[in-house]
Amino acid sequence: MPVRWFSEARPYEIRWHGRGGQGAVTAAKTLAQAAHLNGYRGATASPSFGAERRGAPVSASTRISPEPILVVSQIEAPDVVVVLDQTLLRDSDVISGLRNGGWLVVNSAQTPGQLGIEGEFNVATADATGICRELGLIVSGLIVVNTAMLGAIARVSELVELASIDEVIRNRFSNRSAELNLAAVEKTYRTTVIERRP
Amino acid sequence: MIDGNRAAALGAKLSRVQVVAAYPITPQTPVTEALSEFVERGELQAQYVNVESEHSALAVCSSASLVGARTFTATSSHGLAYMHEMLHWVAGTRLPVVLACVNRAIGAPWNVLNDQQDSMSQRDTGWIQMYARNNQEILDLVIQAYSIAEKACLPVMVCYDGYVLSHTEMPVGVPSQDAVDRFLPPYKPHTILDPGSPRNYNLVTLANPRVNAEGVLCHGYMEIRYLLQEAMEKSKETIADVGREFSDLFGRSYVKLLWEDRMQDAEIAIVAMGSLAMEATVAADALRRDGLRVGVIGLRVFRPFPGRDVAGALGRCRLVVVFDKSISYGNEGATCTEIKAALYGSGANTAVHNFIVGLGGRDVKARELADAVKKTLSLVEGGALNNESAEWICEI
Repeated sequence: MPVRWFSEARPYEIRWHGRGGQGAVTAAKTLAQAAHLNGYRGATASPSFGAERRGAPVSASTRISPEPILVVSQIEAPDVVVVLDQTLLRDSDVISGLRNGGWLVVNSAQTPGQLGIEGEFNVATADATGICRELGLIVSGLIVVNTAMLGAIARVSELVELASIDEVIRNRFSNRSAELNLAAVEKTYRTTVIERRP
Repeated sequence: MIDGNRAAALGAKLSRVQVVAAYPITPQTPVTEALSEFVERGELQAQYVNVESEHSALAVCSSASLVGARTFTATSSHGLAYMHEMLHWVAGTRLPVVLACVNRAIGAPWNVLNDQQDSMSQRDTGWIQMYARNNQEILDLVIQAYSIAEKACLPVMVCYDGYVLSHTEMPVGVPSQDAVDRFLPPYKPHTILDPGSPRNYNLVTLANPRVNAEGVLCHGYMEIRYLLQEAMEKSKETIADVGREFSDLFGRSYVKLLWEDRMQDAEIAIVAMGSLAMEATVAADALRRDGLRVGVIGLRVFRPFPGRDVAGALGRCRLVVVFDKSISYGNEGATCTEIKAALYGSGANTAVHNFIVGLGGRDVKARELADAVKKTLSLVEGGALNNESAEWICEI
């Protein structure tokens, strides 16, 4: 069952920012699948449309709603912005449109305060890179942080239960890599640092 | 949760296609990848024919269809343009080939993103054209397309918006193979080329009817064309019948060639095709909150054009706003022209206004659709609506 009550007649919108190869699109899809498993009738996930290159900034989006989703245009005012690579914060486009009272969730070893980002939204940081390095979640020399960040989203949005995320991960990955990803999600969930701004 | 391309591939697999020939092009490529995997893993008993171009892909489907196989291909944009000649050959031969067109803009200049100029440019090739509003409809329409094509002896193009649907995952109910088998029996070809009983096909055909070598009076070219047009007109009934049968079996409604949202009491109607029409329902929500009685018509079938249904649904409206994701240069959006023609002579006194939107992947938001409707309404009420030309939602 959905754990978050929807007060507005619009989907909850999450925009992902990462670099090509970091798995922003996969994470966007995993979250939508988990939400659907969690009982939301509406769940969509899409990449930023067009060409993508390894290392170049990319974005992806997830929409979640108790009702089927009829919006297909791009997200203008996200409830959550997730940043997989902290260096992307230098581009102000990353937080554009983020709703007042929404969440900026950053993969960073710093605290939310140390990021120095001004805005009428809450900030959370999770050291997904550190957690995944420690767990050995490394593919072709790249630390894979995308699934770990789902733990942080689950924590701040209170939208999707960890159990649903776990189930999607178990369906998607083989045993060994599923265990690593699950461990990363759970550790990130527990260690996410939250700064609520009134 | 599947994206539109996977929905199309699954639709073809569930329809037990026997020959697949396709050439990869963005954003259709994942359709070809999925189908070749199904064949490779033995999940689909079909021949996957690698070809060097889209023209050849459709030539392979055409030939395979002529020897009695159920065939499938998929393409986009320049790929569909390259098929143009073969589109005519397949329709002229009355072959029930099904093609998924993943709608993409056409160059120049280069663009890989969505609009509907590619399939709209193939309007007059004799293919049935259907436009899916979401991924569920993509899957359902591909399955229905075989039933329609094989009953009407006409090829069917199932069109869906590139990226917006092709690369977006959403929940889709996938029917069981058993259920699809009950709905769609194996293909019984109307003609089979067979070396055991040799015959010619598609001979040079003169303008007038002529007696053949066996002494039989055969149609001239014009009679054959008449029969194609007649089949296209009659296919409206076939499409509706197949849709009803599908609705009964699978519980999803396809009873008309168009779908209506809140049209019962609507004074103002928005008309669009594909995912844009779905987005328009969100615009209608906003306009209704402002006290305007707005409904939406999604054109699911563009050829044959369901003129009578359109006139019936729009006749009571005082304003119809048509959004097109393509342009017939020198005139207006092609669906708007059809809407006006459908209303002509129906006795309706309805203002019709056309907007061109979303070309080359330009994002179209529900808010923009709602604003366009409001702006048009104020022009109508001020008596200042210019119906002569389409308005473009762009920076010029």
